[in-house]
Amino acid sequence: MGKAIAFLTRTRGSRDHAGSRLHWTDWFTYGYLLLGIVLMFGPVIWLLMSSFKTDAELNTFPPRFLPYAQEMITLDGHTKPLPIFTVTEGELEGVQVAQVRRVGIVSQVVKMDAPDEIIKIKVKEREPVEKLALAWENYSDLFKRFNFMQFLWNSTFITVISTLIMLLVNSMAAFALSKYEFRGRTVVLAMIIGTLMIPQTVVLVPLFLVVREMGMINSLWGVIIPGAATPTGVFLLRQYMLTIPDEILDAARMDKASEWKIYWRIILPLSAPAIAVLAILAIMWRWNDFLWPLIVLSRTENFTLQLALNSFQGEMATQWSSLLAMTVLTLLPIAVVFAFLQKYIATGIASTGGK
Amino acid sequence: MAVFLNSCMRIIEIPMLYLQQKLGISKLAWVFLLPNLLLFGLFAFLPVVLNLVYAMTGSDQILLEDRTWVGMGNYNTLLSCKDFLDPNSCTDDLFWRAVYNTLSFVLLQVGFMVGFALLTALILNSKIRARGFFRSVFFFPVLLSPVVVALIWKWILQREGLANAALEGAGFDTINWLLDRHWAFFWSVFVSVWAHMGFYTLILLAGLQAIPRDVYEAASMDAATPLRTFRRITLPLLMPTMIVVLVLSLIKSVQTFDEVYAFTGGGPGSATTFLIQYVYETGFAGMPRLFGLASAASILLALVLVVLTFLQLWASRRNANG
Repeated sequence: MGKAIAFLTRTRGSRDHAGSRLHWTDWFTYGYLLLGIVLMFGPVIWLLMSSFKTDAELNTFPPRFLPYAQEMITLDGHTKPLPIFTVTEGELEGVQVAQVRRVGIVSQVVKMDAPDEIIKIKVKEREPVEKLALAWENYSDLFKRFNFMQFLWNSTFITVISTLIMLLVNSMAAFALSKYEFRGRTVVLAMIIGTLMIPQTVVLVPLFLVVREMGMINSLWGVIIPGAATPTGVFLLRQYMLTIPDEILDAARMDKASEWKIYWRIILPLSAPAIAVLAILAIMWRWNDFLWPLIVLSRTENFTLQLALNSFQGEMATQWSSLLAMTVLTLLPIAVVFAFLQKYIATGIASTGGK
Repeated sequence: MAVFLNSCMRIIEIPMLYLQQKLGISKLAWVFLLPNLLLFGLFAFLPVVLNLVYAMTGSDQILLEDRTWVGMGNYNTLLSCKDFLDPNSCTDDLFWRAVYNTLSFVLLQVGFMVGFALLTALILNSKIRARGFFRSVFFFPVLLSPVVVALIWKWILQREGLANAALEGAGFDTINWLLDRHWAFFWSVFVSVWAHMGFYTLILLAGLQAIPRDVYEAASMDAATPLRTFRRITLPLLMPTMIVVLVLSLIKSVQTFDEVYAFTGGGPGSATTFLIQYVYETGFAGMPRLFGLASAASILLALVLVVLTFLQLWASRRNANG
C-alpha cells in the first residue's frame, strides 16, 4: 500500500525519476493550471468579446465566440443600407442578394446588379452573409444615451480625492505614532486596533445618521470622508516608519527644520514603498466600493460606475449590449493598474491581509 | 500634480510652524494625530456607541429625539422563535432565513475556497514553468469589483448564455440557473469562491515559501515518501498560515453582500438573502425604514465578528511567533 502511494505521488522532480517522461502528476499539474486559465480569464474574455457584439448577434443562440455582424450594402434607389443574404434553394441558389423588406415568411430581395426588380423568396431559403466586426457603437452609445461621463467622473473623483486624503491623514498619524514619545500613545494604538474589529458594514445605521447630520447625504464627500481614516493604513505605514532611523530626524532638527518639514521632506519620501502599496490598495477599495455609496448616494447624477451598473442591470435587462460595454469600461482601469503594478499589488495585499 | 501637492504642503506648513512654537515639539504629536482621530471618532467610535442606542429604539424616524424607546423590543422581535430551526415559526422570519442562509453559505464557501486555495498554492509552489504568470492568473479576479464579477457571471448564466449553450451542446436541457433556488445558491458560492480564492492562494503561497528548504532535503535523505513529507512537514509547518487564512476568510464570508446582491438580488425568493442584505433592506431599502431592527441585527452580527477577530489576532500572533 505504501509503495502504491509512493508510486502514485512521485513527480518528475523526485530524484530517482529525473529525466523520465511526463508523469501523470505533471499532467495533473498542467491540466489544473490550464483549467485555471480557462476558468479565471475565460469569463472576462467572454465578457470582452460579447461587449463587441451587435444586439442581433447577442440574441443568437447558441452564442459564438467572435463578434459577427451582417454585411450591408447601399444600392441605387434604396435610401437605407440593405442586409446581404445568400440564397440557399431554388433557381437563384448561390447568388448573393440584398433584402429590401421582410413580410412574414416572405423576404423581398433584389439582385445586386438589378436593384429595382424585386424578387420574392421564402425566409428559409436564404442565409445571412456575415463578417467579423466590432460593434463599437455599444461603447459610443454609452456616451450618447447615458450620463456615462458623469458616472466616470464621480468614480474618479471619489477614488482620487479619498486616496489623497487617506494617504495624508494616515501617514500623519503613523508619523506621530512611530516617531514621537508621548503619554497616551498606547491608548491611541489600542483605539485604532479597536476600530479594526468593527467593520463599516455593521455600523451602517448610525454612520448614516452621522453623515446625514453633517449634510453629506447625496454628496460625493459623504462617500469620501467617512472612509478616510483606515486602521489598516495607519498600521501599515507605522510599521514601515519604525524602520526609519531616528538619527535622521535629529540631524534635521539640528539644521532647524520644522517638524512639518521633517514629515513631508524626509519621512514621506523615505516611506514611498509603503505609501505606494497603500495607494494601490486605496484605489482598489474606492473604485470597487459598493455598499456605502449605495446607501449615501440616491440621486442618479451622483452615482458611481458601480452603482450605475447595478441599477441599470435591472432596468436594461434586455439591453445587454450597453451593459456589457459599461462593465468592460468599469473593469478597465483596475485591469490597467494590475498590468503595470502586478508585482507590488500581490506583495502589498499579502502583507496587509487585505481590508 | 506634484507641484499642486507641493504647494498644498507649503500652505499647511505655516499654521504647523505656529503650532510648533506654541506647543513645543512633544505635543505636536497630537496635532499630527488630530485629523485621523477626529475621523475615527466621528465615523467609527460614535457610530458604535450610537448603534447600541439605536438598537433599543423604534419608529422610522432617523433623529434620535424623535424615536421611541423600546428597550429590548427589537432583540425580542429578532430572537423569538417557537422552533429555532424553522424560520417560519419566528417573529421575524426573514432574519432567521438570512441567518441560516449565511451559515450554510459561510460553511460551503470557506470550505471550498480554502481547499482550492491550498491545492492551487501547492501546485504553484511546485516546479512549474511561468510561475509568476500563473500566480497572476489566479489572482486577477480578486481585483474585479463585486458588481463586475456579478455581471460577468450573470451574463454567462443567463437563459441564452454560455452555460446553457454548453449544456445544449452536450445534449442536455437548458436550466434557468438563477431562477432555481438551489442552483442560485450554488452559483453564489461558486462566484464568491471564484472572486476571492486568489487572495488566499497568495497568502498560503507565501506560507509555503517560508518553509525552509533544508527540512525537505533532510526528509528526502531519510527517503520519506512525498505523501509522508506532505503530512509530516508541509501541513504542520503551514498550519499557522492555514489558521490565519481560515479566520480571515470566515470574517469576510460572514459579511458577504455586494457580489451576491448584484448577482441574485437575494433571490429567488429569499434563497440567497444574507445578513448584511437583511440589515440593508430592513434599514434602508424597505419601507418603513426599521433602523432599530437593523441596528439590533447588526449588533448580533458584530458580536460574531468580534469573536472571529479575536481568533484572528490570536492566530496571527501565533503565526508571528511560530
